[in-house]
Amino acid sequence: MSSQAANIEESTSLSPALSEPAIKNKKILDKRIVLILPLIALITDLILHLSLPNKQSFTTTKVYPSLLKAFLAAYLLVLILSFFIKPLFTKLIERAPLLTAVFLFLELWDIVTLKLKLLPLPYFPGPDKVLNSLTADWQLLGVSVLYSLRLLVVGYAIGSILGLTAGILMGWSKKWNYWIGPLLKVIGPIPATAWIPIAMTIFPTSFWASVFLITLAVWFPVTMMTSSGIANVRNAFFEVARTLGADRKYLIFRVAVPAAFPMIFIGLFMGLGASFLTLIVSEMLGVKAGLGWYINWAQGWAEYSKVYAALIVIGVIFSSLITLLFKIKDRVLIWQRGLIKW
Amino acid sequence: MVNPAPKPYSEADVNGGEINVQGINRIFKDTEGKDIVALESVDLKINPGEFISLVGPSGCGKSTLLRLITGLDTPTGGELYLDGDKINGPHHERGLVFQDPTLFPWLNVYDNVASGLAARKILKEKKYEVSEYIHLVGLEGFEKSYPHQLSGGMAQRVALARALVNHPKVLLLDEPLGALDAFTRMQMQDELVRIWQQRGTTMILVTHDVDEAVYLSDRIVIMTPRPGKIQEIMNVSIGRPRSRNHPDFLRLRTKILEKLHFAKENNLSYYI
Repeated sequence: MSSQAANIEESTSLSPALSEPAIKNKKILDKRIVLILPLIALITDLILHLSLPNKQSFTTTKVYPSLLKAFLAAYLLVLILSFFIKPLFTKLIERAPLLTAVFLFLELWDIVTLKLKLLPLPYFPGPDKVLNSLTADWQLLGVSVLYSLRLLVVGYAIGSILGLTAGILMGWSKKWNYWIGPLLKVIGPIPATAWIPIAMTIFPTSFWASVFLITLAVWFPVTMMTSSGIANVRNAFFEVARTLGADRKYLIFRVAVPAAFPMIFIGLFMGLGASFLTLIVSEMLGVKAGLGWYINWAQGWAEYSKVYAALIVIGVIFSSLITLLFKIKDRVLIWQRGLIKW
Repeated sequence: MVNPAPKPYSEADVNGGEINVQGINRIFKDTEGKDIVALESVDLKINPGEFISLVGPSGCGKSTLLRLITGLDTPTGGELYLDGDKINGPHHERGLVFQDPTLFPWLNVYDNVASGLAARKILKEKKYEVSEYIHLVGLEGFEKSYPHQLSGGMAQRVALARALVNHPKVLLLDEPLGALDAFTRMQMQDELVRIWQQRGTTMILVTHDVDEAVYLSDRIVIMTPRPGKIQEIMNVSIGRPRSRNHPDFLRLRTKILEKLHFAKENNLSYYI
């Protein structure tokens, strides 16, 4: 009894002296341990995938394990580099938990589908099957991407040019606002996809019908944000510009438009989102090409692995487009504080 | 503050313009449609190259008068002339600097100063002047900075350079130093005197800082409110450079303050 008490006393009396450097040490250790977690997750992924018997009756390929091996190699390379490059090291420590979560998710997906068949087929194929569709069907997917991008670019370009023009006119002149304003208020809120039946009959080809729909979808938010952006520009900017000798063209394009650009950008961003939606829906309903069509077509054959493959492609492309838009914005809005982050 | 040596300017021959204000009335309507007389029969002749200040309590119409001279506002009655030409609308000959520098936030310092030349489509020929004026206000090295990175005093220097690069005959200053701290303010007052002496531009300053008016001006116009009128015009015959402690300076300052105080009392009794 007494010796135990003495022991406890001893340990407690020792601990304060030890605690500070010990905690510091522990913290550093914890930080580094994080770096190993993605490795452990990846290796478990591989082992489980290769060792457990399959319950889903697909023929498995080497695509998924190769991908895991590629991830493993890439991660190891980055890890080694990070010991020499300080910023990479801090970034990697920051990102390691997220990477681990992603790899664990892959594992979970593999197990509940391919290995244990907890989810019904054909709706929930395993990662190997989806990857297989992605690689095997890349030509058709590639063509679909090109068709979708063509439609998106043409529709978005026309829509934003019209939207900017209408927005500038409305924001600048009361007369234009009087005439376009009500049109915007009535036509704008109608979802562009609701026009599909009419668009498909009015336009000679489904391509131009879809361009019309995307244009409409982009036009509304761009016009709305541009006109209110310009209408809200501080009057003092115009007054100063006028005393500097500015004419109307300068006032509109060199004062009003740049001053309204933060708002215009929000319109362009909203328009981009609307254009994605309209693109996929109109491809699903009328156009005979593109990613929306591909999804529909794959579903028709009950090839859900291809649907997932197309979803991955759509995710990557649309996310890149938004990133591109934000990159452009950061360039143009370098003068602004507190940027919206993407 | 680095004081750059006076440089020969390309349009050094541009001297100040003469402003003639003749029988100006300016009546505003309030929300109920009632008339508010901001200025009533104001006559004022400002000599070429003169530094003149408008002082008075708020609501005396001094800023209104300044806006009329810029051409951003039009009088209800009477006429204004610059060198004998009637003023109708803003013109780069009459530069303006507000209390708020109102720099274009999307342009850096260089492009802000250049904006007047760009607006008049003569930037290509006069590009060298942009750097000259950035030098004049002592902001070399800040050409690439954006307005949100500048202090209040620096921003106001940019605003000054932006107005001056157009070689205005008249520079209208609407409490340009009102938002600055006391030190920066005094520094900027000396800058104003230096630039004025160097350029020979006619300066019209609206201020409610009597010290500032006495320190800077050749003449001080004292205005009274409701309706805005010129009460008295005082000559400041103190030699330059001026000292804020000189007995003449203090005497004049006290005199003007007394007059303003009197104006205020007068105004109050009007309400009782």
